[in-house]
Amino acid sequence: MTAAVVATWTPVCRVDQLEPERGVAALLDGRQVALFRTHEGAVHAIGNVDPFSGAAVLSRGIVGDRGGVPTVASPVYKQVFSLVDGTCLDDPTVRVEVYAVSVDSGTVSLRVGR
Amino acid sequence: MTRELVVVGHGMVGHRLVSALRDRDTEDTWHVTVLGEEDRPAYDRVALSSYVDGSTEDELSLGTHDDPRVDVRRGTSVVGIDRADRLVRTATGETLRYDALVLATGSVPFVPPVPGRELAGCFVYRTLDDLDSITAAARAALARPTPGRRSAVVVGGGLLGLEAARAMRSLGLSPHVVEIAPRLMPVQVDEGGGALLRALVERQDIAVRCGVSVAGIVADRGRLVAQLSDGIELDADVVVFSAGIRAADGLARDAGLAVGERGGVLVDDRCRTADEHVWAVGECAALEGRTYGLVAPGYAMAQVVADRLLGGDARMTPAELDMSTQLKLLGVDVASFGDAHATTEGALPVVINDPVAGTYAKLVVSDDASTLLGGVLVGDASRYAALRPLVGSALPADPVALIAPGAVELGAESLPDSAQVCSCNAVTKGAVKTAIGAGACDVAALKACTRAGTSCGSCVPLLKTLLVQEGVEVSKALCEHFAVSRAELFEVVAGAGITTFSELIARHGTGRGCDVCKPVVASILASLGRGHILAGEQASLQDTNDRFLANMQRDGTYSVVPRVPGGEITPDGLIVIGEVARDFGLYTKITGGQRIDMFGARVEQLPAIWRRLVDAGFESGHAYGKALRTVKSCVGSTWCRYGQQDSVGLAVELELRYRGLRSPHKIKSGVSGCARECAEARSKDFGIIATETGWNLYVGGNGGFTPRHADLLVSDVDTETLVQLVDRFLMFYVRTADRLQRTASWIEAMDGGLDHLRAVIVDDALGICADLDAAMAAHVASYADEWAGVLADEDKLLRFVSFVNAPGTPDPTISFVTERGQPVPAPRTPVLIGIPEVGS
Ligand code: SRM
Ligand SMILES: Cc1cc2nc3c(=O)[nH]c(=O)nc-3n(C[C@H](O)[C@H](O)[C@H](O)COP(=O)(O)OP(=O)(O)OC[C@H]3O[C@@H](n4cnc5c(N)ncnc54)[C@H](O)[C@@H]3O)c2cc1C
Ligand code: SF4
Ligand code: FES
Repeated sequence: MTAAVVATWTPVCRVDQLEPERGVAALLDGRQVALFRTHEGAVHAIGNVDPFSGAAVLSRGIVGDRGGVPTVASPVYKQVFSLVDGTCLDDPTVRVEVYAVSVDSGTVSLRVGR
Repeated sequence: MTRELVVVGHGMVGHRLVSALRDRDTEDTWHVTVLGEEDRPAYDRVALSSYVDGSTEDELSLGTHDDPRVDVRRGTSVVGIDRADRLVRTATGETLRYDALVLATGSVPFVPPVPGRELAGCFVYRTLDDLDSITAAARAALARPTPGRRSAVVVGGGLLGLEAARAMRSLGLSPHVVEIAPRLMPVQVDEGGGALLRALVERQDIAVRCGVSVAGIVADRGRLVAQLSDGIELDADVVVFSAGIRAADGLARDAGLAVGERGGVLVDDRCRTADEHVWAVGECAALEGRTYGLVAPGYAMAQVVADRLLGGDARMTPAELDMSTQLKLLGVDVASFGDAHATTEGALPVVINDPVAGTYAKLVVSDDASTLLGGVLVGDASRYAALRPLVGSALPADPVALIAPGAVELGAESLPDSAQVCSCNAVTKGAVKTAIGAGACDVAALKACTRAGTSCGSCVPLLKTLLVQEGVEVSKALCEHFAVSRAELFEVVAGAGITTFSELIARHGTGRGCDVCKPVVASILASLGRGHILAGEQASLQDTNDRFLANMQRDGTYSVVPRVPGGEITPDGLIVIGEVARDFGLYTKITGGQRIDMFGARVEQLPAIWRRLVDAGFESGHAYGKALRTVKSCVGSTWCRYGQQDSVGLAVELELRYRGLRSPHKIKSGVSGCARECAEARSKDFGIIATETGWNLYVGGNGGFTPRHADLLVSDVDTETLVQLVDRFLMFYVRTADRLQRTASWIEAMDGGLDHLRAVIVDDALGICADLDAAMAAHVASYADEWAGVLADEDKLLRFVSFVNAPGTPDPTISFVTERGQPVPAPRTPVLIGIPEVGS
């Protein structure tokens, strides 16, 4: 009895609305996603809710890197999360979800649901 | 004549019943047949988890009944009872006649009706077979070649769930515990204890999510994904359900025997059902309607039934139904006993919550405080053994004295190893030293392996002290991206005229920066007056507070603090603040800095709020910035009969002069009109106290985590000299202090200390005073209100939206409740930051 497996791509914003190294939040069907564009231009999307505080604020953290891995630091208690796989680099038992991103003709879309 | 006893279930209690009966049945009145579903001899289920740590089946075995009068049939399930003919029927179709039948079928794990729960990789945690299957699944997951962690989701954060989580960690998986109640072990532990328990459990590398449930499980490329009710998805190689148990009472139901309201074969205090030939013991029995999920009550029931079968008149007594529990194996001290939740009429709780010691203790006493009714101990359960037997009897001493912690020593170097250096995460000095011994050589490493310093951060200086004490050479490097200290970086930026972070990191650093170096560079650029802090790339360097020019609160909302220089405010100003707060539904509070803070503003509301404030003549109070905060004042000579100078006038002048000055840490000041010191100036970075003829200037004071009184720098100077010295003092600090170093520790760390400072800024020993004076003059001349700057700039305003695809939609996770007539954040999972509380 596996749940329906239909991937849907939802357009979210234009890529020029993402300033380098400055996240924004997006609302998808009640779900909050934090979107980031790195210095190199890659776009990443992770869950916006900071698992340590419960506040929906990861999009407002500082973007950087740790050992070459692009990261964001939670603005609440400063834990650092990998933008690549959502793992908390300060506590690998904690992870936030990661969303697939596509940038097509300047439009950023996210895949939600599995 | 020998009678025939049939026991269904060869678990812990069934086994005990047979031993107890045979020990006392010297006349061989009974022949016993035990029918057990599991294909093994009875074993110690309480110690089940030790199986994953290497205990063997033999070690766990409760021993076999080497007795010709006992016939144990393993791997035999009973499927029906015929009470009229006194027969039981097994799955293989065999029937056995009984004179007496004892049901000892225990319970079955409760698996909530979650879609996907039957997928491969989902398990329960009850039998050795379960553990064999889980171990096999974990090994298979660990053997897969794909990179990444292997994880387990444990559904249920009770006693069993926590044990299961620990076992998953032993198997090499990263466990996540998901508990639907707002705290762990909700049955045993109350809210206060739950908060501490959570912190202690998390210290064991077990991630905890409370207040959410697992809504579904789906298969995903050979793994599982647990979808939580809050929308989070957790990848898992193994999902373990330990969400409670249900009495295995199906046989009894089918046989027409009554069951309890919440399940369990109904028995009286002799453990007998309504059928005089049928008894029930252990977890499957509902004794006077209630089931017991612990082994001790089950053993007591076994004794009673053995006695009854031999003609005795034993009965269950309430004392045998002790529900006291202690968490074992996890390395976390938790115990609860008696009426832990104070449900007895009139019961009074006495609580000592000591986050400093990492302990929470609650005693529940009778309304006249004479009798102990129960309690909860978290963090230190050493008194469990002594307290538990006292339940129901008179208290030997004042309840507080029974649980009060020993005196806790504070201070830096002289702390004993047992002292907590990080109160948020309950980390002892000993644990920090061990981590340093094991190779942690900087604060980041200590944070990663002990969690010290990861919450409020106030203990970080102490961690640094400990590193030095343990002989670790603390690197001056700011972080992995810059090998130099903040002061050196300042000189680089100032000297080379660098204006952007990208340029600086390309020329003098590596990588793309982090939450340590970016705000430092932002602050240096701001101190040097290189444009609005949200201009261009600078915006991406700012801490969230500076980025939105407001302080982020724990629920993701912001506070708004307009500047009120010297604490002097007109009635009209007060009215504007009141109206703004009322119109936007904000919580208001008078701060310790003599101004008014409005809390609960959502990010998209900030521009509208500030539009109203700026229009009324207010400006940013920089409560969010590492910058000048407030210059507090007392009423001084204007009103006070003792006042010697106009302290309010000077405070206003100083606050306006230094407003907006970005610095390594926040800067605070105070001006008192006489030595009575009502403005507490000596607890400030620079404090001024009026004399008969002028002002005394004190520097390097601090309240906060490590309080320090400011030292007298100069006395009896006039206003002009005073201002010039403060200019130099602040500029010298801005240029040379470390990141997050307040003036107090800056002076303490300075070679030559206060004397050196005096030589530099009073006697100009380094010949830099003209520079410092000029830098401050430039700051004063270029000051502009940051909020007015944002309101005048469409581009900057565009960033104050909640969602890029729904700019005006409020964050749905934010909600308020009303407390004392004002909105406050609706409660979430508690964060462990606090001071000891004694409550009743
Ligand atoms: C609002 C206020 C408490 C109040 O309700 O009175 C407050 C609230 C906060 N204080 Fe404070 N402090 C407030 C007065 C103080 C005082 C008293 C004073 O200034 O006279 C002190 C002790 C004096 C001192 O700083 O030496 C004080 C010592 C701290 C410290 C510890 C500093 C230290 O050196 O150890 C911190 C943590 C830090 O800055 O790293 C802190 C940090 C904070 C932060 C910014 C914590 C945070 O990061 O979220 C709080 C957020 C305020 C907000 O959202 O607006 N607050 N804080 C006071 C605001 C004053 C103002 O108008 O700006
Ligand atoms: C991991 C774990 C940790 C625990 N920790 C503690 C603890 O710290 N302290 C504590 O007090 N308690 C603890 N318990 C609970 C304790 O193990 C039980 O209270 C105790 O085992 C109950 O004994 P029982 O004989 O009633 O049931 P069980 O031990 O479950 O035995 C019942 C037996 O009956 C068999 N059976 C069921 N139906 C049939 C049938 N129709 N035909 C034949 N056989 C049948 C089952 O296969 C089982 O072997 C723990 C339990 C677990 C799983
Ligand atoms: S410090 Fe002096 S002048 Fe100021 S209020 Fe106190 S007594 Fe009056
Ligand atoms: S983080 Fe250590 S005391 Fe707060």
